[in-house]
Amino acid sequence: MARRALIALLAALALLAPATAFAAPAPRTTLPDVEDEVMCVLCGTALNVADSSQADRERAFIEAEIAKGKTKAQVKQALVGEYGPQVLGTPEGGGFDWAAWVVPSAVVLALLGGLIFLVPRWRRRSSTMDPAAATPAPASPALSAADARRLEEDLARYDR
Amino acid sequence: MKRNAVPLVAILAAAALIGLLVYGVASHGENRTLDDAVSKGQRPAAPDRALPVLGGDGQRSLASYRGKPVILNFWASWCTPCRLEAPLLEHAQKRLQAKGGTVLGVTYRDASPDSQDFVRKFNVTYPSLRDVSGQLAKAYGTRALPETFVIDGQGHVAAIQRGAVSKQFLDQALNAVGV
Repeated sequence: MARRALIALLAALALLAPATAFAAPAPRTTLPDVEDEVMCVLCGTALNVADSSQADRERAFIEAEIAKGKTKAQVKQALVGEYGPQVLGTPEGGGFDWAAWVVPSAVVLALLGGLIFLVPRWRRRSSTMDPAAATPAPASPALSAADARRLEEDLARYDR
Repeated sequence: MKRNAVPLVAILAAAALIGLLVYGVASHGENRTLDDAVSKGQRPAAPDRALPVLGGDGQRSLASYRGKPVILNFWASWCTPCRLEAPLLEHAQKRLQAKGGTVLGVTYRDASPDSQDFVRKFNVTYPSLRDVSGQLAKAYGTRALPETFVIDGQGHVAAIQRGAVSKQFLDQALNAVGV
């Protein structure tokens, strides 16, 4: 009987555990977490490196939104509502701005294509190289009898 | 032939990137369409967008004032010259109101609580709209604040001041639109 009660209690705890885990509060948004992803709209730099009165106002705005318990996404949405989409520092999608997305992707694709094309050629070339064709390092010239004698004498003098 | 293709492709790619850069710089250049027309004595149509009212509900646009002269003034609370010209614009508002017109402020890259603090601090009585997306400012070629556009009753730009307005500019511009 006691054993059954214990099993029932453990089963109930096992069921409750995930629920309590979900009920735990989400990690609180912080100013550094937001300010490295948004722009100072006047300075034209990321907010986390901006040093101006406008940057301070934006930081104060973010802190006020965080104090209201908003998530990072909600804070960023509120920033867009006040300062416009340029506060996110991402291309707005119209006209020339498409190039900011297309050009880096095209460069990466071109580099990958180049590697796919060139790497097999390099490997083929290195495997077909004839080891015998390699040029040997030039041998040092042989010492004449007179030089050998002088070298022996010098070494003997140093040993003394 | 194949050996020659790689440098050729690289040169073409580099040329395409340089071309793109030149196009980007040219297309993001200063928009002086309105200035050029006004300096030739023309009155180009004033660009218009429906924008939310600062500190109020709903949206308003220049079309709401059709038939009346309007001084459109781009400003922001962080803009020092905007503080200096606020009393002049307030004075112009009194003259315009007598003719049914108005000064219409447009805030640019400014949070509404900061804008509303400015309105209270400088006793601004004319309405302001919030250009959050910056599309209206872009249509007027606005790059620095303050900028002012005097618009006649037919919705055409009669005068432009890029920088703070002076009393002389406002007097001349208001005379030009019959105020």
